[in-house]
Order: sequence, then C-alpha cells, then structure tokens
Amino acid sequence: MSGIWWASLRRELTLIWRAPADMVQPLFFFVVVVSLFPLGLSPKPELLALVAPGAVWVAALLAVMLSLDGLFRRDQESGALDQMLTAPVVTVVPVSAKLLAHWLLTGLPLALIAPLLGYMMQLPVAVLDTLMVSVLLGTPTLTVVGAIGAALTVGLNRGGILLAVLVLPLYIPVLVFGAGVVRTAQDGLPTDGLLAVLGAILALALSLGPVAVALGLRISAGD
Amino acid sequence: MLFRNLDFSADDGQIWQITGANGAGKTTLLRILVGLHGFYEGEVRWAGPLAPSLLYLGHQPGVREELTARENLRYSQALAGQSGDPDAALDALGLYGFEDVPAGRLSAGQKRRIALARLWLGGKRVWVLDEPFTAIDQDGVARLDARLREAAAGGTLVLYTSHHRVGEGVHRLHLSGDGAEVLA
Repeated sequence: MSGIWWASLRRELTLIWRAPADMVQPLFFFVVVVSLFPLGLSPKPELLALVAPGAVWVAALLAVMLSLDGLFRRDQESGALDQMLTAPVVTVVPVSAKLLAHWLLTGLPLALIAPLLGYMMQLPVAVLDTLMVSVLLGTPTLTVVGAIGAALTVGLNRGGILLAVLVLPLYIPVLVFGAGVVRTAQDGLPTDGLLAVLGAILALALSLGPVAVALGLRISAGD
Repeated sequence: MLFRNLDFSADDGQIWQITGANGAGKTTLLRILVGLHGFYEGEVRWAGPLAPSLLYLGHQPGVREELTARENLRYSQALAGQSGDPDAALDALGLYGFEDVPAGRLSAGQKRRIALARLWLGGKRVWVLDEPFTAIDQDGVARLDARLREAAAGGTLVLYTSHHRVGEGVHRLHLSGDGAEVLA
C-alpha cells in the first residue's frame, strides 16, 4: 500500500511540475491581490498594518480556492479517476498523495512568500514569523476542505462558482483564526492558543478530509 | 430507464461482448458491474471480492497527456497492483521507441494503446473493457483480439463493449430499449 502511495505522490508531483502554470497561478494571484491593497486603500503605514492580517489571509484563501477547481478535472476527463476508484486500494491512498502534492507545490509557496507580503503591508518584522506559521498551518486545511468541494463538483461543467459557494463558508474558521493570530501578535499578546486552534482544525481536516474527498469522488463518478 | 430484464451469468475463461445501439446503456452497464455506478435496481454478484482481480478500462483511456507512455503505464500498474514488465507490454503494442514521449504528443490510437498495454501485464482475472477496439488500426485490432482469446484460454473472464464484428466463441449480450437478451 505504501508503494502505491509513493507512486501516486511521484505521479502527482510530476503532473504539476509538467504544467507549471497551475502552480504559478495561485502564487501570482496571491502577490497581485495583496499588492492592490496599498494602491486601493492608502499607502499610510498605520492603515495598511491594520488591514494587513485580513488582506493577506483573504488573498491566500482565494488563491487556494482558485487552484482547486482543476484538482480532479483532468483526471476525470482522461478517465484516470475511474482507475483510482476501481483500484484494489482504498481511494484515500491516491487521494491523500494528490492532496499532499498539491499543497507542497501551491500552499507551501504561499506560506513562504507571505512574510514578504506582510512586510510590504507594513506589518512589524516581529510579527512576520507568526504570519508565516499561521499560513503554514492554515493552507493545508484550505486544500483539504476545498478538495471536498472539488470532488463533489468534478462532474459539472461550470463547477467554479458552485465550488466557491460550497467551500467559502467552510473556510471562515480558518480565516477568523488565521487573521486573528496575526492581529494578536501585532498587539503583543501570546499567540500559542490561537495557533493551537489552527492546528486542531488542521488535525480534524487531515483525519476526516481525505475520506470525505474519496466519498465525494465516488458520488461524482456515480452519475 | 436504460435497460430491464437483464439476467446473465458469466464464468472464468469466457469472452462476453455487450452490444447495443448508441445510448443503449453499454457503458453504464459496465460501470454498474465494476461498482462505479450505484443508481440501479437489481443485484450484481461476483464470486469473491472484485477489486483485486479487476482490470477496468473505461471509455476514456485514463492516460494523462503530461506523462510519458512509460510513466502512465507504470502508474496504472502500481495502482492496480499488476505484475510484469511495462516496457515489454508497450513493445507488444508497437510503442517501442515511444516510451519516453509525453502522451499528449501521441495520436488517439497510440494513447489507447498505452491503456491497452495493461492487458499485457499480469495479475488480473476479470477484464472489463469499454470499447477497447476504438481508435486502433487493423493490426492493433488483430493483436488485441488474439490477446483477449489467449487470456480467456488461460481462465480470464473478459467482458467488453464493441460494435466490432463478433468472432467465434464469443458470448453476446444485446441491450435494447425493451429488454436485454443473451444471444449465443
């Protein structure tokens, strides 16, 4: 079973690597959206620092969601999804490899570049590490939860809007606690508790999410 | 409703061809048999768990264009737990020299051959093939036909849909609007 998992992971990484547009697009979106805030609001440092946690987090959330629309589409169109569903392993095995590969090449880069964007948004340097850790803990949850929506909408032609309607409400806790952690750090208060909540949400998403994604794919294949 | 009064039982070593007009439900029947489609009334019973022995090739070949022929086959092989040498299987289908070419640069027939190469790997006793003869040339049809017969002679159950002519010794299941009938 672990052999299948590694083979799946290698395949998924190769697939994203061969079509780098899918990987660069969310990152580009993230950078551009955050860069628009100083232009649209006002370049006043106090104001930017005030909106920075929310702006960075909303942009990260939308970037992840946009990247998920095509997560299963090409596998479904090519028939590879049917292979996964009829394979003699539980569907969670190829699905979890796919989710990990997707996060490594889209979510992780967002977390790595977040401090730079935070700095641009006039966040104090002392807060940047908290920002990065919060995005690092939050994006895997966004990937897994979004993948449930992507699995349920994979058979639909224009699933993008439906995906947003399904998934965005579920993203709210991550947004509240993610931006909340950064704001708490700005106020100079301890952030351990809020980071632990983000970690707990992540643990819940990682334990139940892949099963839900596998079930969603099976439902989509059934009609 | 696609079809009703469908009742048939197939055994090891048999080849079954499912025929019917476009839209008669051939693909749906195969998807029901392999457990991909759950909305039906009736019962499908397999002798033992199906997944370990099933080789299912759907209407779409399941080949990703970004991956090379070898990468595609290796992944299918790992996922399905099949034994055998993937390069030899590709060679058997005339894809020698195309192993490292991304599938997106191959023709439709060659892509289907990548998927069909799984039939030249071992380890599966039940083959469910949706339109395996589409998009491949006469030589490919002959090779595939020979392979299906060889497998059946070795005890494999082969179920496939096709408009292709029916050969000797092939059981035939015909789907039509009023009901399904078993011919020969």
